Amino acid sequence: MVFHYFGKYILLIQAVFRKPEKFSIYKNEIFREMVSIGLGSLGIISIISVFIGAVTTVQTAFQLTSDLIPKSIIGGITRDSTILELSPTICSLVLAGKVGSSIASQIGTMRVTEQIDALEIMGINAPGYLILPKLLGGIIMIPMLVVVAIALSIMGGYLAGSASGAVTSQEFIQGLTTDFIPFTLAVAMIKALVFAFIITTVSAYQGYYTDGGAIEVGNSSTKAVVISCIAILISDYVIAQLLL
Amino acid sequence: MIEVKDVFKSFGDNEVLKGITADFKPGVTSLIIGSSGSGKTTLMKNMVGLHEPNSGKVFYDGRDFTSMDTEERIDIRKEIGMLFQGSALFDSMTVEKNIRFPLDMFTDQSKAEKLDRVNFVLERVNLAGKNHLYPAELSGGMMKRVGIARAIAMRPKYLFCDEPNSGLDPKSSIMIDELVAEITKEYEITTVIVTHDMNSVMGIGEHILFLHQGEKWWEGSKDEITSTDNKELNEFVFATKLMETLLKK
Ligand SMILES: Nc1ncnc2c1ncn2[C@@H]1O[C@H](COP(=O)(O)OP(=O)(O)O)[C@@H](O)[C@H]1O
Ligand SMILES: [Mg+2]
Repeated sequence: MVFHYFGKYILLIQAVFRKPEKFSIYKNEIFREMVSIGLGSLGIISIISVFIGAVTTVQTAFQLTSDLIPKSIIGGITRDSTILELSPTICSLVLAGKVGSSIASQIGTMRVTEQIDALEIMGINAPGYLILPKLLGGIIMIPMLVVVAIALSIMGGYLAGSASGAVTSQEFIQGLTTDFIPFTLAVAMIKALVFAFIITTVSAYQGYYTDGGAIEVGNSSTKAVVISCIAILISDYVIAQLLL
Repeated sequence: MIEVKDVFKSFGDNEVLKGITADFKPGVTSLIIGSSGSGKTTLMKNMVGLHEPNSGKVFYDGRDFTSMDTEERIDIRKEIGMLFQGSALFDSMTVEKNIRFPLDMFTDQSKAEKLDRVNFVLERVNLAGKNHLYPAELSGGMMKRVGIARAIAMRPKYLFCDEPNSGLDPKSSIMIDELVAEITKEYEITTVIVTHDMNSVMGIGEHILFLHQGEKWWEGSKDEITSTDNKELNEFVFATKLMETLLKK
């Protein structure tokens, strides 16, 4: 059963990458999706990132009770945990909810109102036209959002550290700049790319194979979020195993 | 001309089409009629390739559509226009963009040429000047007319309509029927309409195909339909008292 769905998913993705009918139209659609996914999610990503950083700093400070360990280590821990795990993963989980559900319900509505049939009758490759711009929009914008998220998380940590007195700003900055491994940033970007692919394609698949009416569109949208989230966490583990 | 040859289609154990053979000629409005569940929509979807027949073939002017792959079908698809039951307008696009969409995708016409064509077909369906409205701002009848305009924008050789007047008031229904019948004559289109509406049958039914439980039960014209002794067809035609009084003089 699982193999049946996975096969259908792979076939759909193959169809997505068939040669576009007209590149100029696809280009406009890609820009539209980039704006919708990128700008549309910037607000929520900014808010959660600042708080994630703040909470990480305060809680790390709480756990470091020994006087033997320098307080500056808090800066380093905040940096590494936001870059490696918190920013890519939590942002993607939130985006699975925001972007994924919107992709699934948009494509699902087009399916149940026969708009997808209309595209096919015209001779247009419906998976390509509908999904490729969202997929590219996602894999361009989500890594950028993750970069913003990392920066804001670290800033949130810095502010919360000094505000609460848990760590002075000098100590935090010192920790931040010591023993930085640039490879962690690469891992974050790889995660962001993979998660973006999962969010857009899984949600598009759920929408594309919606069958029925308004209720089924709602169901597809819920399933898109649930399955994307699970797939994100599983691949998070796999990437960590493979790369670290 | 569209030729349907011995088309069978099942969904699981449910055998919906049991060997349909029929010809549809250019310049003629053909109606596929039958009660709900008789397989009308399924037949149409098999003809246009939204479903694949289990066996049998569909030919478009001699070209074997059924054996073609997606790529090869594109050339024929460009010659097909279809009006959907719920209009299926792209709701993120204005009326003008909906109609221009196939032109944008498949032609290299200039902006002005495309706009000319859009305005021409809009005029043809009596919606001149509605270019910038969105589908959500249109009534059901107007949406159908935009659907027709979009379907004929590429000058199709074949036109399919699935229940074109479902959900419309009688006056709008007649308007849509007559519009489709006129366009069919005007541009020599091979038109196939799926309907269960006897008003349409008596209005524009030049060539009528009656489906019963997935079989072609009867074929003829509107002048013959009231005088047949086919039991199932009579039950369908005279289902309402009104029809009985009007037709059985
Ligand atoms: N996609 C499908 N999957 C399974 N069964 C279907 C599908 N489409 C139609 N059917 C079945 O085929 C039969 C005929 O349906 P349809 O062609 O829609 O009838 P009509 O248009 O004449 O009302 C019905 O029994 C319906 O349940
Ligand atoms: Mg039907």
